[in-house]
This record gives sequence, structure tokens and C-alpha cells, in this order.
Amino acid sequence: MNYVLNDRESSKIVEFIKNFARKNSLWVLAYGTGCGAIEIPPTMTSRYDAERFSVRGAATPRQADVLLITGYLSVKTLKRVIRSYEQMQDPKYVIGFGSCTINGGMYWDSYNTIKQLDLYLPVDVYINGCMPRPEAVLAGFAKLQELIGKGEANGWKHYKENLEWYRQNQQKLIKNWKMPDYNW
Amino acid sequence: MTFWQTLGAVLLTILIAFISGLFYMGIRRKVIARIQNRYGPPVYQNFLDVMKLWFKESNIHHGIMQHLAPLWMMAMGVSTLLFIPIVYNSDFWANFTFKGDIILLLYLMVFGSLGFALGAGQTGNPNSAIGVTRGLSQLVGFELPWVIALIAVMIQYKTTSLTDLVAWQQQHHTWIAFEQPFAFIAALLVLPAMFRYSPYDIVVAPSELASGPASEFGGKYMGLMMSSGSIFMFAKLALIVDVFLGGATSWLWMIIKTLALYMIPVLWSTVNPRYRTEQAIWSLWRWPLIFAVIGLLIATV
Repeated sequence: MNYVLNDRESSKIVEFIKNFARKNSLWVLAYGTGCGAIEIPPTMTSRYDAERFSVRGAATPRQADVLLITGYLSVKTLKRVIRSYEQMQDPKYVIGFGSCTINGGMYWDSYNTIKQLDLYLPVDVYINGCMPRPEAVLAGFAKLQELIGKGEANGWKHYKENLEWYRQNQQKLIKNWKMPDYNW
Repeated sequence: MTFWQTLGAVLLTILIAFISGLFYMGIRRKVIARIQNRYGPPVYQNFLDVMKLWFKESNIHHGIMQHLAPLWMMAMGVSTLLFIPIVYNSDFWANFTFKGDIILLLYLMVFGSLGFALGAGQTGNPNSAIGVTRGLSQLVGFELPWVIALIAVMIQYKTTSLTDLVAWQQQHHTWIAFEQPFAFIAALLVLPAMFRYSPYDIVVAPSELASGPASEFGGKYMGLMMSSGSIFMFAKLALIVDVFLGGATSWLWMIIKTLALYMIPVLWSTVNPRYRTEQAIWSLWRWPLIFAVIGLLIATV
């Protein structure tokens, strides 16, 4: 029995089943930042119906798998986003929406928004556009499912391994770093 | 019946109830999607959801009661199912049914909600606390007509045994739904409240309470809750089929009858918005209670 479980081929099959279940059941945290949140309702409702691709809303971070950063992210919101992200259960994924999360977009010289989301949270998939249409959002979800299926969407592992580097970047922006004690 | 036969029957019953319960939920999601003019997820979507939740790699818990809460739900679902005779005139599928099982079931069906309320209270989430108060209020709301309807049936047929009720219906080729229609109508009217579907979804209310008592439960806790939810749902449907709809002579009839019965709260819920708490309780204490009391009067006179 032990031999079978440690066999490389059988662990590959287990990984395949796990990834198949994960990619076909994405629960998205209902957390809207910036203007991109307005693209989520049409994506989820009758016109584009993301549920047929097994993408569904989740009410709380504890139940969610995917965190959408929909557009610009102010420093004040960043703190809440980090808290929400760290309360989510592994494996978890982040999708960056629009040019604001890539290089600041039209807010590139703003004093209170972040320029590059990569420095603070591990992003698995970027969707460009200002704002991306629901078709582009669905294409982004399809890309994320493809990555999960191949086992390459490992941003959550990267975050755990490089936690100090991420904390350094986060604390550079958030001066009064008073996070409550919670176990994630 | 040897020990191994009993064990096999118990495990098979749980397995079939689990699978058919998840399929019923999948059919519900498909029906809701079609009514909203969407294509909808595949019917096996809930299996993938449960699998994904079981494959989660981290789980946090806030204390012993919260850790045990999904287990109360599972214990309630499984024990409720095991006291319900599934197939008429079959020793193998009769499970642990005995004389007086309706009274035991009335107690068992409340047990999980109370245990889960304790567990949800320990998470310290304000949404959980609001959800628990609403859930217990609604429990009082639907238990009253539901218990009176069952008491009416028990008095009319002078038995507290599900097997006797099923046998009576099978021998007289009729359903208690026709013989005692008022109790049946009361049971049908409280069914959406027992399933917590709209308009009685004041407990979970995803857009209002962030899924209420379950808001701090993620990963494998959520997976266990979904699994126990499907088993408990099938158990409730099977109980109503046994009491009012003549039981079943085979598993196929049981599945046909439970699915047809399940469609009533599903279709009712898709076209209804959510009640406020006091509206939900008063709507349960008005027509369902009146029908149940009329049924009780007819049974006693």
C-alpha cells in the first residue's frame, strides 16, 4: 500500500484529479476595488453567465478561491486586500484587472494608489484593458483554469516562501502596520 | 440480518443519499439558471465543488465547538437518514427503523441546527451571530406547523411507526396526502423554510449576511457541510415521501418521488425574493399553522 502511494505515477494521477477539481470550481470573492468591479455583474448574470464555466461568487474570504483586484488599488484598500487574501484558504489565486494593476495605468502619478500589484500580492493572471470587457474577463478565467490544470498557478506558494520580501514592500506603503492577530 | 448485511445496507444508503442529494442540488442550479435565461453549470458541478473543498490544503479553526460544528451536521444528517425505511417490505433497506421512530426523528432533525449554532457562535463573526439568531427564530417558526402536521397523521392512524404508515398506504393503494390533505399542505408549505430556500433564505442570505453562520467555515469544514447538507436534504425528502406519498417499493420509485417533491420548493424559491425575519416567521405561523391545526382537528374528531 505504501509503495503504491509513493509511486510517482500514482501521485501524478492524484495531482491530476486535484487540479481537475480545482480548475472546474472557482469561487470568486465578492470584493470590488476600483472601477473594474462594474464589469463583474454582467460577467456573472444572464448575458455572459460565468457559472457555465464553473465560476461562482463566494460570500466570504474563508470560502473563496480567487481574489479579483479589479482596477486601481488605493493604499488604504491595500491593507484590507492583504487581510482578505491572507484569510483565504490554500490554494488561492489572484487575478489582476486592467492596466492599473500592471503599471498604474491612468493613475501612474497618483499619490495614493499602488503602481504595481506584483510587489504586494502574487498575481497569477493579468487581464489588460481599461477596463476589460466581460469577454476578456472570461478569457482571463479560462487562462487561470489552464494554468491550474497544468499545476502552474502557484502564486500562493510563492507568497509563503517570500513572505518577508512581500511584507517589506507592504510595510513601505502602510505606515501604521497594525494587523490583528489571526492564524491563517 | 447479519452484522455485515446491516453494515452494507447502512453504507450503501448513505452513499446513494449523498450522490442523489448532490445531483438534486446540481439540477436545482441548472433549473435556476434556465429560469434566469442562462445556460447554467453542469449538473455534476456540486461534485467538483465538494471535491475541491476536500482538496484544500489549509484549514483554520477557532476552537473546539467550531471544529465540531460540521460534525454535528453530519451526525444529524446520517442518523436522520438511518431511521427512515427507504424501501417498503424490504428487510435490507429498512435500516434501523423501529416503532416510534417519527418521535425520535422530530428530535434528531433539530439537533444539528442547535449544534451548529454553538459552533458558529464560537467563530466570533458578527454575521454568524445574526445568522444564528435568525436561524433559531425560523426553526421555531417552521417546527410548529411541521410537528402539528405529523402529530395529526400519527393520531389519525394511531401509530408512531413509519413502517406502519408506509404499509397502510401500500395495502390500501392510496396516499396519506389524499386521506389527510391539510397536514400534507402544511408540510409542503414549510418545506422551503426547512431547506432555507427563498423566500426563507434569511439565514444564509449571501448578499446580506455573507452566508450567515457559515461565514467563517472554509476548506474542508465547508466540504463536510456540503456533504452533510446533501444527505440531510435527501433524508427530509424521504421522510415526507414515506409519511405522505406512500413510500416506495424500490429505490427507483424513491428517487422519482423525492425528485418530484424537491422540485416544489425549488420552483417556488426561484421566483421569490427574501422575507424579512418577522415576515418569515409570521408567514409560517399563519397559513401552514392553520392548515396543520385543521388537519389535527379532523384527525381527532
